[in-house]
Amino acid sequence: MPEEGMEDNKEGEERPKWNNKAEYLLTCIGFAVGLGNVWRFPYLCQIYGGGAFLIPYLIALVFQGLPLLYLELAIGQRLRMGSIGVWNSISPYLGGVGVASMLVSFCVSLFYNTIVAWVLWYLFNSFQEPLPWSQCPLNHNNTGYVEECVESTPVNYFWYRQTLNITPNMETSGSLQWWLVVSLATAWSIVYICFVRGIKTIGKAVYVTATFPYLVLTIFLVRALTLPGAYEGLIYLFTPDWEILKNPQVWLDAATQIFFSLSVAFGGLISFSSYNSQKNNCEKDAVLVGVINSATSIYASIPIFAILGFKAHTNYVTCLNGNILALTNEFDISDMNITVENYEQWFDSLNGTHPSRVSDLKLKTCDLQTFLDQSASGTGLAFIVFTEAVISMPGSQVWAVLFFIMLFSLGLSSMFGNLEGILTPLHDLKLVPKWMPNELFTAIICLLLFLMALIFCLGSGNYWLEIFNSYVGSVPFLIIAFFEIIAVAYIYGIGRFSDDLEFMTGHRPNIFWKVCWLVISPLMLFVVLVAYVAVQAQTPPTYAAWNPDYVNFPNTEVLPYPDWVFAICVLLSSVPVISIPLVAIYRLICCMSGRHSKDSLHNNPNPYANEDYVVELLL
Amino acid sequence: MLVWILFLLCQVGAPALAQDLCQRDAPNGYKVRISLKTALGEDAYEWNQSEMFFFQATMAFAMRRHFQMETYNVDNIILCVQTSRVSFWFVVTSPDNTTMLIPKADVEKAVRMSRHRINNAFLLSDRTLEFLGIYPTLAAPVNPDTPPWLIVFGVVIGAVCAGIIALLVSSLLQKRRKEKGMTEDGQDEEDMQVKGVENGINLDGTYNRGFTDDDRFTKL
Repeated sequence: MPEEGMEDNKEGEERPKWNNKAEYLLTCIGFAVGLGNVWRFPYLCQIYGGGAFLIPYLIALVFQGLPLLYLELAIGQRLRMGSIGVWNSISPYLGGVGVASMLVSFCVSLFYNTIVAWVLWYLFNSFQEPLPWSQCPLNHNNTGYVEECVESTPVNYFWYRQTLNITPNMETSGSLQWWLVVSLATAWSIVYICFVRGIKTIGKAVYVTATFPYLVLTIFLVRALTLPGAYEGLIYLFTPDWEILKNPQVWLDAATQIFFSLSVAFGGLISFSSYNSQKNNCEKDAVLVGVINSATSIYASIPIFAILGFKAHTNYVTCLNGNILALTNEFDISDMNITVENYEQWFDSLNGTHPSRVSDLKLKTCDLQTFLDQSASGTGLAFIVFTEAVISMPGSQVWAVLFFIMLFSLGLSSMFGNLEGILTPLHDLKLVPKWMPNELFTAIICLLLFLMALIFCLGSGNYWLEIFNSYVGSVPFLIIAFFEIIAVAYIYGIGRFSDDLEFMTGHRPNIFWKVCWLVISPLMLFVVLVAYVAVQAQTPPTYAAWNPDYVNFPNTEVLPYPDWVFAICVLLSSVPVISIPLVAIYRLICCMSGRHSKDSLHNNPNPYANEDYVVELLL
Repeated sequence: MLVWILFLLCQVGAPALAQDLCQRDAPNGYKVRISLKTALGEDAYEWNQSEMFFFQATMAFAMRRHFQMETYNVDNIILCVQTSRVSFWFVVTSPDNTTMLIPKADVEKAVRMSRHRINNAFLLSDRTLEFLGIYPTLAAPVNPDTPPWLIVFGVVIGAVCAGIIALLVSSLLQKRRKEKGMTEDGQDEEDMQVKGVENGINLDGTYNRGFTDDDRFTKL
């Protein structure tokens, strides 16, 4: 691609370059801003006392998130290689950090694109009138509705049965669900088309994928604020409960949320910044990306909670109307005499005069607070709670389509970073044969990931995805990030790093960054890692299974993991990070065996040393 | 005289008899529940005796239609236990013998057959004009030949595949053009070097390759 402008790196190869700064920034922002900003942060805000949660969150951003971000962008830009090359350059013994990053990115790409495939499936189904998750289907002899649907809700039925076709437990694998395979193929095709020419096509794609979510969030904000019940939802979200700050779990969750939200330790950010020119102010970039990521989380929680407030209000009114109908029919009161407003008075008077008849009706207690407390995060928020809210909004198809396109853009832009964290190191390791064009290599990797991700299209796929999400997408990242910061701060040396930063940005890093890199961030990461592992070890390894034959259906059945599954969980957590010590030991062995050979000159040829003139001092 | 007394008795007795036939929880009767305000809101009409008469006429029509007997009349539908809900009970007597009630099952069949007409007569629906005990038949789901989601998927995957092919083909063409261009340039450069043309100036003498600076950048 000679016309796009090349810069030589150390190996003399042509390294692709970003077309302009905006593409680079949008790609990094798109990578950082993902599904978690929309469906994890609002949930945490809600359960951890609303506005009060922002304090630990912002502290974690400033002292842990921004230093790590700046570090990754800087080393990528300076050393101009992917994650494996960068860590090999810093110290050959720490090359394993890069390998670990690549392996973890590989595992995350598998399940993350499956979530994107689910979003696509819902998107395809949003173009129907009525929405398929708004009503129960009829059973096969058309006498009534499907029993599983009647016992739970149409929304739950559509998610668990018509989308996932989930099996009652993990041992039953079920078969491949063809509609999910089709959606997964679409998701991987779209990822491939954006990756076909590397950062050239990604740079164009992020103009849409990184900006569209903000447009949709604004539209939802305007719409949601006009819905009834939105105000209650927002008050519920933002009312600060300062007492909650005494709970250490809050601080732990804030730190982990910032960490996973910024997508550090994937290797993707290192790859993206390696395509920059060296004289780029990565300090400003890091602060910008970090601040925008957090601001997006806060901005996204406003329409989400307005809509959840609307949903709670709708459920509350439906519950009351059910009670009103029961009372009206039992006592033959004139139609619509009892309304939502005067329900309390009617109930008290009727209960006073005919208590036995009223209690026989088995009226439900309708409390708005209970409905507001029904929060969810993750796929539960998007595919169950939000879809239910959308049915009650006028013009549901439009809102459903907008919502799922937004989720799709968020997921796709994060996938760019995930896949980049795999492809760039492989290119740098020169594992790509010379004859193979980049397009073919990318296609092979995408095909391989697609085939491996087919396990998530089985009946038990959702259970496996939860395992991958909890065990691969958590502890390994913390370990990798910890080693990253130790490597740069102590092994590479903060002095050398400051020189590099001065070369790139024009000024040395100020005392804040140095203190963070040397002390605060590694300490925080270590504490978070230990605390996270301790908390995980205390919670028993169980999962929530959807079993229609369960006694308490529609509640999910809590089952323990089978032993072989638990072994896989442990493997998933440890295999990526085991490369760190393995590579270190391997290099150590090589180095030791290297020292035992004859001259060090063979290992480290110094072109200026001429043996003929070496005077051997024989003392 | 006797005839006159018998006539009076009939006049008094008939409604009384009718009242015996129609009562709450009558074995052959149905309770009807109407929710006017829920269905029509502001446009709800008032439920009065005329509306009750209309109901009797509609039910008589339903019985005529089902049994295909022209003899059912308004008097054969007896209403009772009216409340302000609005709800009431009704029974249907046989046109031949006013003391005999039509069995519940036959009344149900008649109602089911003409349910749509009865609903429309009162501008109500299955939910707002309820015959307690007669469940409405569920609407058959609209099953399109191709599921709509498949159509959307087809459009998306078609566009993506077309895009991939277009990008790959254009990449291939670009590479071919680059290769062609480079071979021509390379030859020109070598010729120029051999002939001793440097910076456009024709130098005398031949070019000595021994002093070619292959390494543009010294590698430290």
